[in-house]
Amino acid sequence: MSSPTAHAEGHTHPTAGTYVKIAVVLFVLTALEVLAYEMAHRPTMPLHELIGATLIPVLIVLSAAKFALVAMFYMHLKSDGKLLTSLFVFPIIIAVVVIVALIVLMAYWEVLH
Amino acid sequence: MSTAAHAAHPETTTGIDNRKVAIWAFIGSECLFFATLISTYLVYKGKSISGPMPADIFEIPLVTFGTAVLLFSSFFVVLALNGAQRGDRKKLITWLSLTVLCGLFFVGMQVYEFQHFYHKGLGLGTNLFGSSFYVLTGFHGTHVTLGVIWLSTLLVQAIKGNIPPRKALNLEIAALYWHFVDVVWIVIFPVVYLMR
Amino acid sequence: MATSALDHAPHAPAEKTGLWSWLTTVDHKRIGILYGATAFIFFLLGGLEALVIRLQLMKPDQQLVSPDFYNQLFTMHGTSMIFLAVMPLSAMFFNFFIPLQIGARDVAFPRLNAFSYWVFLLGGLFINSSFLINAAPNAGWFGYANLTSPQFSSGPNTDFWFLGLQILGVASIAAAVNFFVTIVNMRAPGMTLLRMPMFVWMSFITQILLLLAFPVITVALFYLMFDRHFGTHFFIPSGGGDPILWQHLFWIFGHPEVYILILPAFGIISEVLPVFSRKPLFGYTAMVFSGAFIAFLGFGVWSHHMFSTGMGPFADAFFSLTTMLIAVPTGVKIFNWIGTIWGGSLQFKTAMYFALGFIAMFIIGGLSGVMHSSPPADLQQTDTYFVVAHFHYVLFGGSIFALTAGAYYWWPKMFGRLLDEGLGKLHFWLMFLGFNLTFAPMHILGLNGMPRRVYTYPEGLGFEFWNMVETVGAFLIAISMLVFMYNVWRTRRGPATAGADPWHGATLEWAIPSPPPEFNFAEIPTVGSSTPQWDTRRAAGGQLPEPAPHSGEGIHMPNPSIKPLITAVGMSILMISIMFTHAAWPWWAMTLAGLAVMLYGIFSWAFEPAG
Repeated sequence: MSSPTAHAEGHTHPTAGTYVKIAVVLFVLTALEVLAYEMAHRPTMPLHELIGATLIPVLIVLSAAKFALVAMFYMHLKSDGKLLTSLFVFPIIIAVVVIVALIVLMAYWEVLH
Repeated sequence: MSTAAHAAHPETTTGIDNRKVAIWAFIGSECLFFATLISTYLVYKGKSISGPMPADIFEIPLVTFGTAVLLFSSFFVVLALNGAQRGDRKKLITWLSLTVLCGLFFVGMQVYEFQHFYHKGLGLGTNLFGSSFYVLTGFHGTHVTLGVIWLSTLLVQAIKGNIPPRKALNLEIAALYWHFVDVVWIVIFPVVYLMR
Repeated sequence: MATSALDHAPHAPAEKTGLWSWLTTVDHKRIGILYGATAFIFFLLGGLEALVIRLQLMKPDQQLVSPDFYNQLFTMHGTSMIFLAVMPLSAMFFNFFIPLQIGARDVAFPRLNAFSYWVFLLGGLFINSSFLINAAPNAGWFGYANLTSPQFSSGPNTDFWFLGLQILGVASIAAAVNFFVTIVNMRAPGMTLLRMPMFVWMSFITQILLLLAFPVITVALFYLMFDRHFGTHFFIPSGGGDPILWQHLFWIFGHPEVYILILPAFGIISEVLPVFSRKPLFGYTAMVFSGAFIAFLGFGVWSHHMFSTGMGPFADAFFSLTTMLIAVPTGVKIFNWIGTIWGGSLQFKTAMYFALGFIAMFIIGGLSGVMHSSPPADLQQTDTYFVVAHFHYVLFGGSIFALTAGAYYWWPKMFGRLLDEGLGKLHFWLMFLGFNLTFAPMHILGLNGMPRRVYTYPEGLGFEFWNMVETVGAFLIAISMLVFMYNVWRTRRGPATAGADPWHGATLEWAIPSPPPEFNFAEIPTVGSSTPQWDTRRAAGGQLPEPAPHSGEGIHMPNPSIKPLITAVGMSILMISIMFTHAAWPWWAMTLAGLAVMLYGIFSWAFEPAG
């Protein structure tokens, strides 16, 4: 697709069809998240114990996948240069460090006090 | 070269428009803003002394629907941008309108949810859950609202014919902000509503 | 000396003068001067606060000021010096010199640049207006919870504090986006990242720190706002909240903040030393990477401010290790500075005096800092004057000395006039002597047990002698500032004959007239190394003529605009309205009014032609 706009886009530009597929996948992943939630909270659901114990990692993986899809395709990072990806990834790393550190430190604090 | 100031083809060191680099830098900053809000929510999870708890009042079906609406709005704005870049005014206006409508629906859902919780006894200061929940989702909702205003302004411009392909970048910048707001909700939805 | 550029037709077509031209300016050089002048006034105010503190502490058992007013003094001294002096003085140099050093005509977003300045001015005026009602912030510059809760701080003091900081935060973030994009995207051809001047590199890293650290305190200040005005208990124990969370959030911001305060200073020193040693900076790449490493690691040390809170051995050990580790890249920088001057042809100008003084003072401050990194040792040092000594050595002996070096170095470029060297050296020696007399004894007092933030002390504890010495030192600093101000005034009255490159500088700002024309460069240069001006001078056989003046015809610069100021005013009204939630009249009307003005400002800004 040729556009007169001046940014240096990569040559791999997603098609409209790709975008539709991404939308469907995002919807499905969301449905899976809610399904996992239901399985964890209703004893009558299959795999109730397994999902109940692993709900947090399962949700993290599913939501991370959604996050990555929106970032790479809708926000165009996959086709754009590495600079923009680093501009996003680096703060995310610091953000994760801050979240994890605060949870660990405050939990440890609770234990001590 | 010395006479080129702000032409339609800016000569930047990276080849990327200044405004695009700027919105990404701002988005990077916003990651830390929401990280702090989310951390606090997680730190105070389960520490409320009293009052309604998440299990007592969350309505997962409604929020799930709102989540899906916001996700689809990201898809719609991509289509709108596509339309703008191709000079397809009808496509641009149709999908941008739908994006704005989805955004309005999401905000409406949040307002309804907040009112519902308030009537069930969860105020801002009722307990730590109320405080951290309202502040986190409230700030997110404010970001959505600002995005709706931004996109609506662009919609008006689009209807007036002021977004030809060479100005599609204006919509691209707003769309990047909009996607980010969606991505934040992608994190908030499981962390707040599903991880219990 | 060659004839000055002022002899010929000077700047771009419309010579702008008058108040309106300053209110609507979007020229980075003018904005830089606005930052500098405003920051200098706040610096003097902060200095005045310090002098009153020193008078109060001069003798034991004094009550020149009440304990409550004393709390206001040390809180405002810290807040002013950090947010209203050092940061905006750095911003003066960011504004004036980043575009020049990278060969650009302006910053990426000139109106956003103006907006940042106006927000800073309004924030600074707002927070200082509290003195008019004897309600200046009084809970320390770090505002620990739950002292700041409604129960223990029922007056408006803390409201002035958190609202003022929120307003200033907006200025910082807006400027950080601006300079980040400018440095990434507006460099002259040939200027790869590893050919940028070191001041630009350190400033670049500083902007990244600003973008990542400020949001954390923004959230913390919002939580404080909710606690104080909207009934929440984020930091209030009776509602389940934990005051220690405030300390974590504050210092996750606060530690990167001190690197925000020192990295631009490092950058200035890395500019001054090579020029006045006539020798390239030693270890350019190591300097870049050590700066980046300090910034990154700076996010991993914050709880060293909390060693006495009882975090437990795991947390203490972790933060102790990271803090010790951060001394390594800092040490690399010191050795590289020494390596720069080693074997150089040293030019002992005033700028060089301050740069050399910086190295010595910063080493001392760094050593006391690394002493704090041991939790058991810090348990004795924390909350004593030992810490006060440490941070004044790095922030005054470090940042202020470096900023002063920058002022003497870059003064001719900014104003076309050289500051008097005789007065400059007098300034240096008085300040150097005064500074060390004031802060060196604090190490002793601290180790002997004198606590921080006490408005007086009893006789017989052995604190009397050194406190008196410190007060004398503080007044010596004040006299040195008078010398500087006299130098500035006298220089201003002289002719503007400094010439483009009085110091034989290495970087692009010295290639253009002093002061620069509005458009900076007649032609954007192409760069082949990290010392382009030295390359040009070498290619010309050592002698360079004054740059030819250029009318600016054909060069299009952005239009001035009043919209940034309007937006800044609207935003400030919006935020200040929070002070009045307990008022008899509907405070939200003020919020809405501010919002309306701000939205008008933003929309008219967005739709006016940039030029």
